[in-house]
Amino acid sequence: MRNPRRTEKIAFFFLLLATLLIVVPVGLIVVIIIQKGLPAINWQFLSDMPRQGMRAGGIFPAIVGTIYLVAGAIIFALPIGLLAAIYLSEYSRENMLTRLIKLAIVNLAGVPSVVYGLFGLALFVVFFKFGASILSGSLTLGIMILPIIITASREALESVPSSFREVSLSLGASKWQTIRHIVLPNAIPGILTGTILGLGRAAGETAPILFTVAAFYLPQLPHSIFDQAMALPYHLYVISTQVPNVDEKIRYGTAFVLLALVLVMNLIAIVIRTRFRKKKKW
Amino acid sequence: MVKFKIRDLDVWFGPTHAIKQVNMEIQSHEILSVIGPSNSGKTTFLRTLNRLSDLHASFRMSGIVEMERVDTRGMDVETLRRKIGMVFALPLPLPLSIFENVAYGIRMQGVKNRKTLEEKVEEALQQGYLWDEVKDRLDESAFKLSGGQQQRLCIARTLAVQPEVILFDEPCSGLDPISTAKVEDAMVELKKKYTIILVTNNVKQAARVGDKTAFFLSGELVELDRTDKIFTAPQDQRTEDYISGKFG
Repeated sequence: MRNPRRTEKIAFFFLLLATLLIVVPVGLIVVIIIQKGLPAINWQFLSDMPRQGMRAGGIFPAIVGTIYLVAGAIIFALPIGLLAAIYLSEYSRENMLTRLIKLAIVNLAGVPSVVYGLFGLALFVVFFKFGASILSGSLTLGIMILPIIITASREALESVPSSFREVSLSLGASKWQTIRHIVLPNAIPGILTGTILGLGRAAGETAPILFTVAAFYLPQLPHSIFDQAMALPYHLYVISTQVPNVDEKIRYGTAFVLLALVLVMNLIAIVIRTRFRKKKKW
Repeated sequence: MVKFKIRDLDVWFGPTHAIKQVNMEIQSHEILSVIGPSNSGKTTFLRTLNRLSDLHASFRMSGIVEMERVDTRGMDVETLRRKIGMVFALPLPLPLSIFENVAYGIRMQGVKNRKTLEEKVEEALQQGYLWDEVKDRLDESAFKLSGGQQQRLCIARTLAVQPEVILFDEPCSGLDPISTAKVEDAMVELKKKYTIILVTNNVKQAARVGDKTAFFLSGELVELDRTDKIFTAPQDQRTEDYISGKFG
């Protein structure tokens, strides 16, 4: 006869095992990169130009390039994404068109990043003649993170109780006043969280910037948004595969900086979310 | 004076026929209690008056709702809702301070002057019998108030907009008897200046405060008469069964 307690123990064991299997690779990645990368980190590495064909010196222009790209992507994607989310959550009614738009957004999130890269090359670099530039790269990354921002913003807006909207409208406020004064302020933390997750994604992707902005080796800072720039993920790819005899320390140091950048952004998102949950008043 | 005139009102939500062929007149400076079992269309009736029903995608209506001889469908909806305030079943403060809750409606009309706002907020809180309890903590979150205080805050917030009509949608359903008594006192006092329509599940409450009482059943208006008549000599057997507690 089966012993239910024993069955439960076996089930429990496998559930725990599966959970540990998730944690192990994350832990290992972090440990290995810290172990091998941390010794490379010093002020010179963070603030100097790469030298001797990237085999020495620092990664300053790649850090700056990534920051420019991420900032550009957000300047483009946040307003458009937020406005679209407001329209979808507050104004549109359920019909064929809105169903189609929502389907498109879901699918946009599933497009492989290298396809965004090709799309950016065709549209921004070639058709709009922006060339390989920070502008092209930012716009490509912006399109890539639009679905993240729209989805997160929509969820944030829809999580504001509809009773607040009814109260506001019943007091004679217009629909826009209701959105502006009641719905948006209460959705901001959720919108911010989604935005920062989008930032992290934009900072880490290689493929979308491959054809649109990334410079192989450019030991100077960009002067305008029409300049090419180095960027951390692509720089990591280059020194790991394209340049022979790069010290392992530099490679892991670069990976460490990239990882730290993304983790810090995610951390900020988590902090904002927790503070919001504590402050939540309903 | 006739405040509302409702002719042949039908309301549907999708396939559901929520209100059926309702005809009635509502006098100003009176309390009209609307009673009836759940799902009898009371709340829908209320929300059709201030056009909050419009928010439902599946809402449809036919017939005419006139306020002071003007068809409400033709009116600017914000103006209409300023004239018809509403207090909801549960206390629903906005996630703002006590002061800003009351000031909200006035602010939305474009009033920015701090002094005007302060005067109007104090006046409204006085009328809602809340001023003495909150005058020293106006900047605290409205959620820190007790349930009964929150509901009186909601009444004050509605009054601040200076409406002509106030709709109460089961305003005491979440309140203890003492808070209920305070809200009822406020309503009786308010009828001097406003027209009040009170939807309630509490038959005794209707008997206590209503000048007139309307009985709804399955979306139909069964009977509308002076409250003492409804409760002593109802014309319809169903009314008598409901108020004597045979169903409901």
